[in-house]
Amino acid sequence: MAEEEVKFRVTIDGIPVDVAPGTSILNAARQIGGDIVPPAMCYYSKLEDSGGKCRTCLVKVSKGSEKDPRPMPKLVASCRTTVMDGMEVQNITSPEVVDARKGVVEFLLINHPLDCPVCDQAGECKLQDLGYEHGADQTRYEFGRRTFERIDIGDKIQLHMNRCILCYRCVYVANQLTNKREHGIMYRGDHSEISTYIEEALDNDFIGNVIDVCPVGALTDKTFRFKNRVWFTKPVDAHRDCPSCSGKVTLWYKGADVLRVTGRKDEFGEVEDFICNTCRFETKQTSDWIVEEPTQVDKESVINSNHYYNFNPPAVIKENPALQEANAEQLARTEKLK
Amino acid sequence: MQSLSNRKKVLEQKPMNFWERIYLPAIAKGLSITLKHFFKKIPTIKYPEQIRPYSKNFRGQHSLKRDEEGRERCTACGLCALSCPAEAITMTAAERQKGEEDLYREEKYASVYEINMLRCIFCGLCEEACPKEAIYLDGPHVTADYLRKDFIYGKDKLVEPKIDLVQLTQQKSL
Repeated sequence: MAEEEVKFRVTIDGIPVDVAPGTSILNAARQIGGDIVPPAMCYYSKLEDSGGKCRTCLVKVSKGSEKDPRPMPKLVASCRTTVMDGMEVQNITSPEVVDARKGVVEFLLINHPLDCPVCDQAGECKLQDLGYEHGADQTRYEFGRRTFERIDIGDKIQLHMNRCILCYRCVYVANQLTNKREHGIMYRGDHSEISTYIEEALDNDFIGNVIDVCPVGALTDKTFRFKNRVWFTKPVDAHRDCPSCSGKVTLWYKGADVLRVTGRKDEFGEVEDFICNTCRFETKQTSDWIVEEPTQVDKESVINSNHYYNFNPPAVIKENPALQEANAEQLARTEKLK
Repeated sequence: MQSLSNRKKVLEQKPMNFWERIYLPAIAKGLSITLKHFFKKIPTIKYPEQIRPYSKNFRGQHSLKRDEEGRERCTACGLCALSCPAEAITMTAAERQKGEEDLYREEKYASVYEINMLRCIFCGLCEEACPKEAIYLDGPHVTADYLRKDFIYGKDKLVEPKIDLVQLTQQKSL
């Protein structure tokens, strides 16, 4: 006899959804989508055991379950709390949650430097979005922020420990994707910092993914360092036949040049497939890739600003000798004026 | 036919009489009007030598500012170029090397910063967008020129000259 699939009914901000047992509240909310999805800085669905560190996904459980309808005494981290049948969750409808989240953002920003104009992550930074949506407009912190020298981890990855919010995502990436983890968290409490063992270079084949999973600008691509701002580049989906990974990536174009290669990110900023270091760092020619289409970017995102709906002129401009010949006289006239 | 607006005036063209035909009274009348203007207050000024007071929020040529130590404030964040409705601003960023700390304030700076003055509409949005208070439209009018390429102002024209504060205070105290 085929067992009937058990589904738990959970209500998030008044919207009911049926999910499988064992699903976290955060994932149930993501199945609904829209504004009610709690933000997450440390949870990453593709990394096992991630979550529970940053506390930005706090929600209020106003009814524990059908059997035990008492509310949970405190706000809970939605990425670590599994749903129960008949659970009722409040996220943006609860002023308590909104207030708590504002406090959490303030804590995350205590040691975060205000160097967005310099940071390469600006424009696709989760902490920027979070601070914009939930944060206070002024800091109340009067003491010095902790500062570190920036470290080169290998020749491709740059670590700015100043900007780190200790989400541990990069540690999980190294544990779960690469053969050998060579970096980790040193010290404890508010002294914690990401570091490598005696600044040993990270050169595992999938280690470049720490750049993609980092929600802030702590781990950035050194080959893209200060090349351009994210919002001046145009993302284009492409793929190639890669022996070690899926080869599905996003190319970031400026004119005809590929400035950067990243994994394809979904609406929650998580990559669909982790890509290998060869795809990320070594293949930066259009000829290496089969270009698919412009990446769909959220309409409100700064990456979408000043971009035309249809690329015109096309994203990759090719020299056309026939056109140049036809316009030779016009070109000569304008050359004179230049 | 009656006109639609009822505002049509019919002028009668009569042949000129003797006085009108010799033209002299008309010339005298015209000259007297001209003579009257010699004694009137002149409403124009001689512009480059004489300048009328400007409005406080007049927006002229851009200048890239330096901080109190004479270092360039611009960090090439690109927000001015992003906010520019005319897409007149382009820049290239570079990393500050060791030993250049007295030239640039942040670890990133603009190695190339160009404003196309033919595209610029002097709206002042770049000034508003700048998080580093590095760009202000406080210069004079952008002057005319002959070639298009001369309207693309680079850092040589935009960055404000370095002022030696020590020398300045010495001169003042003298």
